[in-house]
Amino acid sequence: MNQNSPTAGGIIACPITIELNGQTRQLEVFPWTTLLDLLREQLALTGTKKGCDHGQCGACTVLLNGRRINSCLTLAVMHDGAELTTIEGLADGDSLHPMQAAFVKHDAFQCGYCTPGQICSAVGMVSEGRAQSLGEIREQMSGNLCRCGAYPNILAAIEEAMPETRKTLGAVQTDAQKGVREVQP
Amino acid sequence: MNSMTSPLGKPVDRVDGPLKVTGQAQYAAEFQVPGLLYGSVVNSSIARGRILQIDSSAAEAVPGVVLVLTHANRPPIASYDKAYEDEDSADGASFRPLFNDRVLYSGQPIALVVAENLELARYAGSLLKVEYAAEPHNTDLRARLGKMHKAPAEIPPERGDVGSAMASARYRLDVEYSSPVEHHNPMEPHASTVHYLPDGQLEIHDKTQGVQNCMHYLEAVFGMEGQIRILAPFVGGAFGSGLRPQYQLPLAVMAALKLKQSVRVVLKRQQMFTFGYRPRTIQRIGIGAGPGGQLEALTHQAIGQTSSFEDFTEHVVEWSGMLYQCPSVRLDYRLVSLDMYTPLDMRAPGAALGVFALECAMDELASAAGVDPLALRLTNYTDRNGNQDKPYSSKALRECYEQGAERFGWSKRLPEPRSMREGNQLIGWGMATGVWEALQMPASAKACLGPDGRLKVSSATADIGTGTYTVMTQIAAAALGLPMERVDFHLGDSSLSKAPLEGGSATVSSVGSAVQKACEELRQKLLDATQQSPESPFTGARLEDVSFNAGNMVLKSAPETSVDLQQIIAMTGALEAEVSVKPGEKRNEYATSTHSAVFVEVRVDEALGTVRVTRVVSAVAAGRIVNPKTAGNQIVGGVVWGIGMALQEESQIDHHLGRFMNHNFAEYHIPVNADIGAIDVLFVDEQDDVVNELGSKGVGEIGIVGVAAAVANAIYHATGKRVRDLPITLDKLM
Repeated sequence: MNQNSPTAGGIIACPITIELNGQTRQLEVFPWTTLLDLLREQLALTGTKKGCDHGQCGACTVLLNGRRINSCLTLAVMHDGAELTTIEGLADGDSLHPMQAAFVKHDAFQCGYCTPGQICSAVGMVSEGRAQSLGEIREQMSGNLCRCGAYPNILAAIEEAMPETRKTLGAVQTDAQKGVREVQP
Repeated sequence: MNSMTSPLGKPVDRVDGPLKVTGQAQYAAEFQVPGLLYGSVVNSSIARGRILQIDSSAAEAVPGVVLVLTHANRPPIASYDKAYEDEDSADGASFRPLFNDRVLYSGQPIALVVAENLELARYAGSLLKVEYAAEPHNTDLRARLGKMHKAPAEIPPERGDVGSAMASARYRLDVEYSSPVEHHNPMEPHASTVHYLPDGQLEIHDKTQGVQNCMHYLEAVFGMEGQIRILAPFVGGAFGSGLRPQYQLPLAVMAALKLKQSVRVVLKRQQMFTFGYRPRTIQRIGIGAGPGGQLEALTHQAIGQTSSFEDFTEHVVEWSGMLYQCPSVRLDYRLVSLDMYTPLDMRAPGAALGVFALECAMDELASAAGVDPLALRLTNYTDRNGNQDKPYSSKALRECYEQGAERFGWSKRLPEPRSMREGNQLIGWGMATGVWEALQMPASAKACLGPDGRLKVSSATADIGTGTYTVMTQIAAAALGLPMERVDFHLGDSSLSKAPLEGGSATVSSVGSAVQKACEELRQKLLDATQQSPESPFTGARLEDVSFNAGNMVLKSAPETSVDLQQIIAMTGALEAEVSVKPGEKRNEYATSTHSAVFVEVRVDEALGTVRVTRVVSAVAAGRIVNPKTAGNQIVGGVVWGIGMALQEESQIDHHLGRFMNHNFAEYHIPVNADIGAIDVLFVDEQDDVVNELGSKGVGEIGIVGVAAAVANAIYHATGKRVRDLPITLDKLM
């Protein structure tokens, strides 16, 4: 903390360092700022959406240390040293992540507002390795609301992108590999 | 045009898809503006009365808070009702935000706290101390039925002789259906980012279905004609919630004008329950039918709620006078004024409600008369709209019934309730008809072919997820024979060519026709340009003698004679055409509607009463489908909405406090992925050269219409229980 740190309401911002979409970022955040508001308001990474601010809709889902999390329900200051991937960090340059490409192909959205959260959640779900059937995908994607009602297309996109997404996870150990449950090849 | 390579009718991917899946599509609250301040709205906690005092001293003492805006210190705004009217106003006096000390409903915005950041504004808002003089309020429709009044709507007059037809009918039915308040709840909360420009003009990113509607509203309310531009390139869902300017917009403008600074106001999810909604409605249907179920008399009365300041009306009962052949029909529509905000058009406004009641009643008639529900619809089929006594411009509903039933396997249905089961799951099959108007509004569009060979087409319409960007790109590309990659469609900017509200399933019909016409004019200009020199191979050719294909203009009689459009532009410079299109006169002779047949399978756990909709087939007749991928998605979404309406959605009111209790996604249930089974959409072939030049009718609403009835009918078939009060929650089945 230094004397030039911003203040608000008499409170001084706290320094944190995060690995954000592959880049090391040194930031100063107020203790009340959620991870979601940090991304949207401070870092202009507005791909992560705010739909309810209560962890009820999933639009704010990001990957924190490889796991999906509702970024509206966690304070940024708690994540010093964390590795964070947002929708802006999924594509490889101009080349879409397999999950993103499948969402376009299957028209797995309409208005697009829940879409970044759906995609991050789907990638996180694949990494968890627990979804073995369409019914389980439906169940494990039910934290992400889509008011446009594109659920059948979301399901089709995820089903198609699962194998490729597993490959992109590469060396990252899935929950299943850690012994949560056996995963199909 | 429309050669083998035409994109019309092809299931092409959304042109804005890559922006949406990478997080680059920007919505109203996401535009970066230097020196931006944040506003947080404070809402009334009483449903009716006056504000005696707002003590803002504690809020203003918080460092970083710059303004507490209330009715007492707001900048000047218009005082006459007329200034507050908009393109979707209801009858009466529109709500005037922060106008005076009167509280008209619980949740009414009464203050805006503006601070340097979002959290400070929200926190400071919690420090306001508001003193009210509360007055008794009424929020319960059923408790106020004695005070109902005739709705200011043009209901078709009674036809035939209902009284005697009813008296002599073999089967008679008199049943009441009810449905609760529902809220639109698009995923993106309503938001406005007001950019205060150095010259005092305002550039505003707003969540709206009508950028020009919002512009005109603000111009009138603030007396700022010509000084406001509204932008909405992406809208995170709306379903009707963006048809009228919502209160965050004038509040953000007030703060920006007072502070001469840029301001953003975003509503919280809870505040998404503090403006328009689908009204709670009670409906009564009477049917008199002959031995085979043929309709002889039909009565339909609807009683809906409205506010104390406006009479909101929608088309609830009209469908009962037009969907079937029936000689004697009486329709009636009443309203009850309550101390709540005015209802607002919500996906298939009126039809979602009215067709629910009618189609459940038809199912009840089928049971009573012992005929198959689908056969009953065919018995009463009509090719004329009985309300208007006009033939339909096209009506392939019969094909919807046939192809939908075939796809679903309807012929294997056992007629008796509780006759189909699997273990402890009672299986029910139900069906219903859907109908919506095929509207067309006046609309304009501009098309410009530039020296870079790109076609820029624009209109001040919106894409709320419906696929406008994509479909307009297809129409323009087809009209000029260009690959879609060379077409850019611009929308969501009030400075573009005039467009109607994006609603009512009318955008392809209205704006699409304008885009098509603008491109046709451009074709003429291109042809004219090639005929400037006397030795042109196109000399004497008329527009119908040439085709546009793969970036070239080709002489049909001698296909080897062709010219690259870019070569023409290289000579002439950019060519441009701007047109306005009105609905064609031949529409006047006809009734124009979309139709659907919906087939639903439910599984009801006999012990627990839980309902799952496992399978839906929706067969739709909507004229020419420009893009089966995006149109199919619209129908899927409509079906999901219908399932939510049937089983889950209900904004519950605490009548003691006069406010909604379940104002969040944990307690206002909408379908999640696990609630949705297989949804099979099929579009039947329907040719229509009356409805508009494209022959397209629009698909945004038709998907939901009839679904709640088909679900309710399937539940009856599964359980033998007829639930007439939505939503059909498990407690009603136990």
